[in-house]
Amino acid sequence: MTLNQQRKLKTILTGLFAWSVALVLFFPIFWMFITSFKTELQAISVPPSLFFEPTLDNFRIVQERSDYIHHAWNSVVTSFGSTIIALVIAIPAAYSMAFFPGKRTKDILLWMLSTKMLPAVGVLVPIYILCRDYGLLDSKTALVIIFTLMNLPIIVWMLFSYFKDLPKEILEAARMDGATPWDEVVKVVLPLSVGAISSTALLSIVLCWNEAFWSLNLTASDAAPLTAMIASYSSPEGLFWAKLSAASTLACAPIVIFGWFCQKQLVQGLTFGAVK
Amino acid sequence: MTYLAITDLQKHYDSYHALRGINLSITEGEFVVFVGPSGCGKSTLLRTIAGLESSTGGSIELDGRDITEVASSKRDLAMVFQSYALYPHMTVADNLSFALRLAKVSDAEIKEKVRSVSASLQLDALLERKPKELSGGQRQRVAIGRAIVRQPKVFLFDEPLSNLDAALRVQMRLELARLHKKLGTTMIYVTHDQVEAMTLADRVVILNAGQIEQVGTPLELYRQPNSRFVAEFIGTPKMNLIAANKIVRHEDNLAIELLGQQILFPAKRLKGPLPDSVVVGIRPEHMTLVEEGGDLSGRIELVEHLGSEAYAHLQLSSDQTIIIKAPARTELKDGQEVSLKIDISEIILFNENDRVISVIPEEA
Repeated sequence: MTLNQQRKLKTILTGLFAWSVALVLFFPIFWMFITSFKTELQAISVPPSLFFEPTLDNFRIVQERSDYIHHAWNSVVTSFGSTIIALVIAIPAAYSMAFFPGKRTKDILLWMLSTKMLPAVGVLVPIYILCRDYGLLDSKTALVIIFTLMNLPIIVWMLFSYFKDLPKEILEAARMDGATPWDEVVKVVLPLSVGAISSTALLSIVLCWNEAFWSLNLTASDAAPLTAMIASYSSPEGLFWAKLSAASTLACAPIVIFGWFCQKQLVQGLTFGAVK
Repeated sequence: MTYLAITDLQKHYDSYHALRGINLSITEGEFVVFVGPSGCGKSTLLRTIAGLESSTGGSIELDGRDITEVASSKRDLAMVFQSYALYPHMTVADNLSFALRLAKVSDAEIKEKVRSVSASLQLDALLERKPKELSGGQRQRVAIGRAIVRQPKVFLFDEPLSNLDAALRVQMRLELARLHKKLGTTMIYVTHDQVEAMTLADRVVILNAGQIEQVGTPLELYRQPNSRFVAEFIGTPKMNLIAANKIVRHEDNLAIELLGQQILFPAKRLKGPLPDSVVVGIRPEHMTLVEEGGDLSGRIELVEHLGSEAYAHLQLSSDQTIIIKAPARTELKDGQEVSLKIDISEIILFNENDRVISVIPEEA
């Protein structure tokens, strides 16, 4: 085999490998998607039917039974709301830790990350009781607060590591030019970090959107986001695969479409350390 | 009259004492250069004046106002950074006008100022570009323009030329000198390059280990250093230092024995009592090759031809190597034995504490 052929073979093999991994990852989503167009009977038939007449019944039933729009709205409010609040807290925090580090800055960062090591269920009871006592059960407020706290460490970390890479002299130059700390953040740091902030925000929104543990435990119907709605299709009377799939498809669709549009930002953001 | 007064300025970093009681006064319109080896505190001193570092003692007064505790943004100083530190997301025009916009200067005035500064720095054609589309020299110009446009009380330069290539550096050095002449604004300039210090400065401040070693005009430092550190720091190649242990008073002269041969040094140029031993400092340019009867002799180890001149490395009988300046078309060969005459009027004596104990002859 010539060197050229070897190279070609290598390309083909890596290509094949990448495609198979991608297919394995994608398959469950694909299956969920087509199942949502089947009847309940087709959905559980063995062997699975690949060719069938698609039906939109499941989607209609889902909307009728559990008011998709209502839950989607809850998801939008909680994920966007908590992301905005978290950013408002995280940007100044990351700024001060990145540009004015103290003796304990590293410890604080590590401590924040350590809160993510605690299993959520460990604080379920106290948080549940707090929500109950403050009348926040089944409220969007509770979810927004919890989601904010949940993602804050990650957001601070991501922004911190980006800010830390910004050349310090640029901020010093701004200071010499007469910029107050507010000017510095608003006119220099933020414009330079649009990519990093939007990808961080996107990640936070996705994490909130897909969050199930707190949504299930703290909401019932009024504030239930899409994840809670999906779960309601796994009921004591048995699983309704087709409807569950339809609900899941509807739950995933907005965030997948949103993510698709923000793809460029996301890739840029996740690699920001590497391409300075 | 003193414009910027620094009094007993101290800076501690945890256990490290970076500035150890700096006292310095600068008059309005002066071009002062801080120079010293890395870690001497020159950048820290500049950044403390700028307010980018806080001081841990002492005071800084600018134009009669104590600015020790004033925020950088309120000190009315402009700074040019080594990395230029342009705002990457702004065009050249926006970079230039940033400070004016912060100061809420009217649009018409901003426009006029940006126009005149960009014209004087040949940036007119680049106003709409972003920093990443500029060459190193152009970025440097924008950084300087950004400082000029504000008409600050003092310009601070932190090694502004060290990122440029050699040819551009010489050119920018000249431009800075012109700029200072034209504006007449006080400038403080930090560099580790003594050539920049010598060519630009009205006065040079030599720092060593967080203290001021000496302040003076470039020529004063070259001719009248007050310590071995300054004598060695100023001048390329370095001053040669030869230890002498036998000194005898001989009427009006001191007979100093250098490697077996005596040189006669006028006794009236000695400050203080007669020491037991001295270190004799001779610059490479103050020795000449002679056929015979020289003060020193040795063997040529290596000749460096620089085109306009040549430097010969000479191995003395004590195995010490000294450097002498030779004419450009020198015929010196490696391994050749040569004899040297020392220009006595130019030598400097140091005591065992590295302080200078001789004075420059009056007529010279």
